[in-house]
Amino acid sequence: MTTPTLAVWKFASCDGCQLSLLDCEDELLEVAGRLRIARFLEATRQVLPGPYDVSLVEGSITTPDDAERIRKIREMSGTLVTIGACATAGGIQALRNHADVTEFASMIYPRPDYLSTLATSTPIAAHVDVDYELHGCPVDRRQLLEVIGALLAGRKPNIPAHSVCFECKQRHNVCVVVAHGTPCLGPVTRAGCGALCPAVGRGCYGCFGPAETPNTAAEAALLIGAGMSADDVHRAYRTFNSAAWEEAGS
Amino acid sequence: MTEPVPYRVTTREAETADTVTIELAGPVLPEFRPGQFAMLTAYGIGEVPISLSGGGSGGRLVHTLRNVGAVTAALYAAGPGEVVGVRGPFGVGWDLASARGHDVVIVAGGIGLAPLRPVVAALLARPADFGRVSVLIGARTPADLLFPADLRRWGRHAQVEVIVDRPADGWAGDVGLVTTLIPRAEVDPAAAVAFVCGPEVMMRFVAEALRRRGIAEPAIGVSLERDMKCGAGWCGHCQLGPLLLCRDGPVVRYDTVEPLLRVREM
Amino acid sequence: MPESAGLLDATELPRLFDALRERGYTVVGPTVRDGAIMLAELGSAAELPYGWGVVTGAGRYRLHRRSDTAAFANSAGPQSIKDILHPPRARLWSADRTADGVTTTGPDRPPRYAVIGARPCDLAAMAVLDRVLSAGAYPEPIYTARRDGVFVVAVDCTEPAATCFCTSMGGGPAATGGFDLAMTELADADGHRFVVRAGSPAGAEVLSALCVRAAGPRAESEARAAVAAAADAITRSMPDESLPDLLTGARESPHWADVADRCLTCGNCTMVCPTCFCTTTEDVADLTGEHAERWRRWDSCFDLDFSYVHGGSVRRSGESRYRQWMSHKLGNWQAQFGSSGCVGCGRCIAWCPAGIDITEEAAALSAWRRSERAQPCPP
Repeated sequence: MTTPTLAVWKFASCDGCQLSLLDCEDELLEVAGRLRIARFLEATRQVLPGPYDVSLVEGSITTPDDAERIRKIREMSGTLVTIGACATAGGIQALRNHADVTEFASMIYPRPDYLSTLATSTPIAAHVDVDYELHGCPVDRRQLLEVIGALLAGRKPNIPAHSVCFECKQRHNVCVVVAHGTPCLGPVTRAGCGALCPAVGRGCYGCFGPAETPNTAAEAALLIGAGMSADDVHRAYRTFNSAAWEEAGS
Repeated sequence: MTEPVPYRVTTREAETADTVTIELAGPVLPEFRPGQFAMLTAYGIGEVPISLSGGGSGGRLVHTLRNVGAVTAALYAAGPGEVVGVRGPFGVGWDLASARGHDVVIVAGGIGLAPLRPVVAALLARPADFGRVSVLIGARTPADLLFPADLRRWGRHAQVEVIVDRPADGWAGDVGLVTTLIPRAEVDPAAAVAFVCGPEVMMRFVAEALRRRGIAEPAIGVSLERDMKCGAGWCGHCQLGPLLLCRDGPVVRYDTVEPLLRVREM
Repeated sequence: MPESAGLLDATELPRLFDALRERGYTVVGPTVRDGAIMLAELGSAAELPYGWGVVTGAGRYRLHRRSDTAAFANSAGPQSIKDILHPPRARLWSADRTADGVTTTGPDRPPRYAVIGARPCDLAAMAVLDRVLSAGAYPEPIYTARRDGVFVVAVDCTEPAATCFCTSMGGGPAATGGFDLAMTELADADGHRFVVRAGSPAGAEVLSALCVRAAGPRAESEARAAVAAAADAITRSMPDESLPDLLTGARESPHWADVADRCLTCGNCTMVCPTCFCTTTEDVADLTGEHAERWRRWDSCFDLDFSYVHGGSVRRSGESRYRQWMSHKLGNWQAQFGSSGCVGCGRCIAWCPAGIDITEEAAALSAWRRSERAQPCPP
């Protein structure tokens, strides 16, 4: 049996999800024994030619060149896994989808005419078929290892799509909504982070995007009841995963 | 009952393009009766409920399974010598006692024939105990027909009728839904019992057709599928209203479940 | 069992902790953490929530300072005895490939827990879980092992919450069974003390190691009065009718859609419910595939995946999932396990972020059924 190959790709993103992979350190050594890392520019300049058994894709599609490149990557990848809010939902940069990108460009760049950019930032799945999605800004390293381990073993990755509340209760966090009155997107947000923010007494920011069937209207009413303005609620849903929340009806 | 008992695959026989029959041997477990199921573990991959298609005692189990997910893919690929974990027997099987002295209609759709195979074997092994036996089988295509050798053998002692959704070249048999075979069943409906297994929608149509034929709902047994995770009533996954199907099923009387199946998203 | 009650001074609680530890128990009890009364392994009796009270409402829970030093005059927090006996995550087994097959190791041997401050609703929940997990053809090993080893110090409820309704589920604020020791807390001008009784030989044996005086008629009657006052203070209730019949008759009620508008399907009610037992499993293996494990974790009927069968989930809509939970809890449980699944602790009401109140929903379904029955027959 030949060793399967792994490639890591980057589109419009901050590299934070790739850093999560580097963060796996010890486990990565074990992974490297079972998987040939054929392309991972954050870790090594050495690039082995494709095709690749597994591709991890970070970032969103924001330029015509991106849209072309992701198709080629899809063609040379066996299993394609998108990692992070940018790749799965357009990321923070998808805020432009509701504004005029040429206006932004003219405010920031002295020569905006050098730019070749799309009017929108879109998830990878809007362009090519995606086999698995890992959510979060950034992704959770345990989920990253879980999906790699599952692909190697040929089993279905355990990536739950239920709410953050499941994880909160299972790690015995005190509910910040009920006990503190803190606004929290946990009830409508996809689990996977291990309920990180509520564990330190903060409300969930929804960086994993919507859970499987989020009741965003009911959640919005609760947030407003907890003292947020309608504008703030709108912004809370729009931060990391605006495209996904929009699709979920918020 | 939480730890699977290691069994070894002794034989593996391809049935169709995606279905295989594996025979397992291992330490003796309590006897599996027809219609009961085992939880089969592919180590490191997961566990699935699979009914018996043969064996069931003396440390010999026969399972026929379709490759539809990660766990069944691993079991499908398991060749002789490989270790498979077994838990069981679980659930309530076919009520063969209720068939004693009666005509029996067996209706199977697709892989649904697998858990009914031991029933037919039991009926034909003791012909004096039962009336006429009619086996009605539906499959997607001729290539999806299971156990062709068995069908030929059964045909010598029982009525065996086969129908396919999509015929292939050279298919001279019936084409259509399995319900169309029911009027042809050579049984006395007033004194017949029926055992039905297949997709849930198919079973509902079949039960309705059997009822129209004159077989009473309490005399119809169906085998239902839900996501059995533990097999022992601990995990709650296989609920259908008041029933825990891993414990109270998978075989249930149709008059018990008909009102439950009628409720949307029950 | 002792015929008369004893009196235990609050200053004697450290000795109770010591006595339990000397007998090999890991002591678990309530303590204040992050603005709530949570269950934790307690190093000493000083960690008990002395002087803390709780105010709850639908979707709301707040701690407040009491004027006395009572440690147990607070209603249940988000956790229950379920968290200890039926933990959120547990390894069912691990397996290693060997030359001649597979060697399997079962679940870890659990510590023996002593649970201090279990409430009568916890005891009722434990009786329900016993029927679900230990009484069937196959006793569930993790629960059963923990349950067999547990030592329960119950405390009668003297301060029910606004969300409580145990009295309408056949329970009440008094511990009536299922404990090794039961105490009624008194904290007044006569001092901070407990009227205590043993419920098992193990309880009597522990009691014999403590400095216990005879309670005397006055303390006993004060204790009875405190528990009776608690029963009177409970305001919420379930409709006074057969709940299984109500839920069966309400399967097609339009009220489920009304609940679904408010329900977040977040699963909090099931996580805090002391009887919700549903679990799922996850199989993992090391990268070599030589070592495999199966883990079990709490699951919930509010998860879409919970009702997955080949081809999709059976219960996709929020209304069908809420209906499943409530119908199971109040109705189908009876057919499955011979009792209701609800003990009236009110946790699902307090810890629902949306403040959905199972007693109000039951009342609404009951009203709908009455109005349906009142409909004139169509011509």
